[in-house]
Amino acid sequence: MAKGDPGVTTRGRRAAPRSKRAASAATGEPDLVQLLTPEGERIESAIGPDGTEYRVDFTDEEYRGLYRDLVLVRKLDAEATALQRQGELGLWASLLGQEAAQVGSGRALRTQDMAFPTYREHGVLYCRGIDPIMPLGLFRGVDQGGWDPNEFKFNMYTIVIGAQTLHATGYAMGVHMDGKTGTEDGEAVIAYFGDGATSQGDVNEAFVWASVFNAPLVFFCQNNQYAISEPLERQTRVPLYQRAGGFGFPGVRVDGNDVLASYAVTRHALDNARLGQGPSLIEAYTYRMGAHTTSDDPTRYRIASEVEAWQAKDPIARMKAFLTKQQIADESFFASVDEQARTESVHLRERVLNMPNPEPVTMFDHVYPHGSPELDEQRARFSKYMESFEGSAH
Amino acid sequence: MATETLTLGKALNTGLRRALENDPKVVIMGEDVGKLGGVFRITDGLQKDFGDQRVIDTPLAESGIIGTAVGLAIRGFRPVCEIQFDGFVYPAYDQIVSQVAKMHYRSQGKVTIPMVIRIPYGGGIGAVEHHSESPEAYFAHTAGLKVVTCANPQDAYSMIQQAIASDDPIVFLEPKRRYWEKGPVELDAPLDAAYPLHSARVARAGTDATVLAYGPMVRTALDAATAAAEDGRELEVIDLRTLSPLDLTAAYESVKRTGRCVVVHEAPGNLGLGSEIAARITEECFYSLESPVLRVTGFDTPYPASRVEEEYLPDLDRVLDAVDRTFGW
Ligand SMILES: Cc1ncc(C[n+]2csc(CCOP(=O)(O)OP(=O)(O)O)c2C)c(N)n1
Repeated sequence: MAKGDPGVTTRGRRAAPRSKRAASAATGEPDLVQLLTPEGERIESAIGPDGTEYRVDFTDEEYRGLYRDLVLVRKLDAEATALQRQGELGLWASLLGQEAAQVGSGRALRTQDMAFPTYREHGVLYCRGIDPIMPLGLFRGVDQGGWDPNEFKFNMYTIVIGAQTLHATGYAMGVHMDGKTGTEDGEAVIAYFGDGATSQGDVNEAFVWASVFNAPLVFFCQNNQYAISEPLERQTRVPLYQRAGGFGFPGVRVDGNDVLASYAVTRHALDNARLGQGPSLIEAYTYRMGAHTTSDDPTRYRIASEVEAWQAKDPIARMKAFLTKQQIADESFFASVDEQARTESVHLRERVLNMPNPEPVTMFDHVYPHGSPELDEQRARFSKYMESFEGSAH
Repeated sequence: MATETLTLGKALNTGLRRALENDPKVVIMGEDVGKLGGVFRITDGLQKDFGDQRVIDTPLAESGIIGTAVGLAIRGFRPVCEIQFDGFVYPAYDQIVSQVAKMHYRSQGKVTIPMVIRIPYGGGIGAVEHHSESPEAYFAHTAGLKVVTCANPQDAYSMIQQAIASDDPIVFLEPKRRYWEKGPVELDAPLDAAYPLHSARVARAGTDATVLAYGPMVRTALDAATAAAEDGRELEVIDLRTLSPLDLTAAYESVKRTGRCVVVHEAPGNLGLGSEIAARITEECFYSLESPVLRVTGFDTPYPASRVEEEYLPDLDRVLDAVDRTFGW
């Protein structure tokens, strides 16, 4: 993907190259791999806890593409939140604040890689090329998620916390058994989960399995600081990325509000996985700016100053500052991105309002691949019952 | 045609071997299934012959066994998971009922989970707690799963292969106390010529009353029928074989002839399979019934200490007693 080192260009208008060891005191967060500061300063490379050096080298077009992704997913997410408020969706789990973690990791995936999401990965879904209306069907209640997991290499959303990490592990074992690891164009798998999920048995079992079977898997934990109302301290007393060590694979904490660093660490971990070097854990240190879901009231459990502090680390603002400073993009570009986001969200809204309810009889479909006599009978009886209302004033 | 006399356990082992031979995507996974061949030796020798990528000793984590098998199935494999004992399936319960059972439905048919979950189940072997349970109702209650159980070596041999070949996720219950019972097995009969997987079968024809049983209780019911015959009563015994979906066609036909029905299972009676069966038979055969459908089941207690399990488990006398009661109505 990359051409040239963005730190050293012929035009000489890049930020002065700096190299930074993770655990920089400058940001106040320990052990954080960062390539773009909240002020929009580029850091040329960052060193992870195991000495890995992370860097990215994007073309101007690619930088602008990442910015566009961030703005689009934020806007579509906001539209979905609005649709819920207007009663068009039963529920919505917003990704606000987590765009960089999702776009960074999502763009690091290659076509052949497989992703196992939770219910919040709308940004990753977008990066996988799936129509953003798809998750809205699930939250509207007209289907249970309409995309084809095999076609897009993005599995169904998983609501039961942590369950998908085991599916990802098994899938990754299968990749390995199919002989699709050990080369640069091998396949890798990524499992998404939250900080709360790290307390679940399934996630810990997945760590054990992935480790002992050397599965080509990246565990991508978005630590957004809360599991509904419960703060991180209720889940763990050690930094989450350090858990990996106990299971026998590397762990790294990345600034999850930094799309460049999120991309760099994910790409590196995926490459290691596809080369046959086994699993790793990425803790994307970020913040959920909104409510857990639209049914939540975050003012009950967190204070405004905390939200404000994170506001200052906004993933889009810092990317915009960087693009502006480096003259990679100008006002007309930003305006055109905003316009595109607006158009797409209006389009999304129209399509959601037109999403038809499913025919009731379809509830009997796909319980079993080849049906079941019992169910066929129930379907027939139900159809007859429904028909009995036709034309009648019920 | 090669007919051999095998124990039920060996028939399962041979069936698993056939499945591994016939389809390179079949993988067996579970605790101790490799070198040891499983605690009941049902997978004996398979790892030696097929390697540790096909017969996988897993970490000791039931949710992990089922959850990773889901991922393998999505990847195109056909995992056959062994749960070591009935009482240890519960840590995997969430994965089975929330994930395995629902993936096909949630994906509107785009994802298929062709997976078999083998569970040695039931009592009668003098085991300590958690080693003798009958959890079938938990799974039969879950749409998207199919639940079957075998009662003789022939069925063990063909049903395990049919289950593995099926695209449905199947909970395959093995009557562990019958593992050592022998019977004839036709080894060369093609799979589609075997008796269909999701069908009940008349195990012994009779005219006076119908006894419905499955898994370990089929033998008990047959023994009861033999004893009853000495007293001049001909019991028809039906081996249900499939618990979800329940195939009650043969049972309806039989009860309409005999007018009497007794359902037998080891699991506690409260909300057990017997309740469902009795309700359906009542709906379907109401005008043919001479007496209510009776159930002979385990009691509504946790599985008791093994020194009293003989009193807990339905036996020949309890079955005959129930048969007597259906005649006394
Ligand atoms: C097994 C399980 N328990 C409880 C819930 C209810 N629940 C939904 S989301 C959530 C918090 C999850 O927090 P985290 O893993 O940090 O992910 P986040 O939502 O913050 O992205 C809970 C408790 C659930 N979905 N699954």
